Amino acid sequence: MTFRSEHELHKRRFSRNLGLGLTLAAFVVLVFALTVVKVKRGDPMQGYDHVVQPQSVPQAEGQP
Amino acid sequence: MSDIGAYQGVTDTPHEPGFGDYVQLLKPRVMSLVVFTALVGLLVAPVGLHPVEAFSAILFIALGAGASGALNMWWDADIDAVMKRTARRPVPAGKVQAGEALAVGLALSGISIVMLWLTTNWVAAALLAFTIFFYAVVYSMWLKRSTPQNIVIGGAAGAFPPMIGWVCATGSVSVEAFLMFALIFMWTPPHFWALALFMKEDYHTAGVPMLTVTHGRKSTRAHILVYTLLLVPVALGAAVTTIGGPMTLAVSVVLNAWFVFGALRIWKRDEAVAEADKYAVEKAFFRFSLLYLFLHFAAFLAEAALKSAGIGGW
Repeated sequence: MTFRSEHELHKRRFSRNLGLGLTLAAFVVLVFALTVVKVKRGDPMQGYDHVVQPQSVPQAEGQP
Repeated sequence: MSDIGAYQGVTDTPHEPGFGDYVQLLKPRVMSLVVFTALVGLLVAPVGLHPVEAFSAILFIALGAGASGALNMWWDADIDAVMKRTARRPVPAGKVQAGEALAVGLALSGISIVMLWLTTNWVAAALLAFTIFFYAVVYSMWLKRSTPQNIVIGGAAGAFPPMIGWVCATGSVSVEAFLMFALIFMWTPPHFWALALFMKEDYHTAGVPMLTVTHGRKSTRAHILVYTLLLVPVALGAAVTTIGGPMTLAVSVVLNAWFVFGALRIWKRDEAVAEADKYAVEKAFFRFSLLYLFLHFAAFLAEAALKSAGIGGW
């Protein structure tokens, strides 16, 4: 079995593809790092689905 | 199965743009100034950011600036092609197609604005969006070709980064952020007009209504002096706010005295003398203007470091 030789187009575009690939990989790492930082700090966020929030409960009639 | 053989026509393209050609679209030299001033704005703010957030914020501010540079190269390809200084840019040089520059500019604009919002706050993201709009539309598409005041008003685009850096940390604009903006805004006209004095043929050939072309060189020399004098109170004013201190004020006084001295020398000269020494004074003034801005922002940064050590600030 023989492998097909690399097309000339791929050779010419190697630097572009490599640069774009590395940029995207760096972007993924950055978003992951940001997510870790934001989740660990936690304070600016509210867990709307898991925390009882009395202020969100509608007041019953007659209550102040 | 599709095969790249279907793109045989592409193989005849004389130049295949490399990754570096796309990077050149983002004006990396301009980005370095943006990174520096935005970083100073962020670091001298009274509120600290996590290092990862700070790094990301600066990265996306720089990316936004790069996006506006790509949009500028797309729109100004015709002007760039006839100016010696810009003829080797990727679009006029035929390395990247104008449509690709537009696509890169729009895509990076969207990514940088959304990511800055997610990383910091919506005010900083809105300011970045306005900066890109201002540079690409207000300056490049409108002012640059229609008024000799193009540099004055368009300079605002380059003045926003330290303000955005500050807002990333604090979430709002303050007098310190405004004065950092004003420092670059007022510095831009004398800086670029000095360049225009010794690059006159370029602007003239391209038909850009630079002040030297529309009002003459004598008037440009007077404008440089007036704007330099207007810059002085802004620079000294910034030095007496919370981002300044005795050291910053001392640095600012020396830099402004030297800058005014240079502007006075330019104002006193006439064309015959300037041509005789090949615009040596104008070129020296231009080079010093770069140092002037760098040292002001370096002083803000140093003052913040001194303050954290308990010996700086007012």
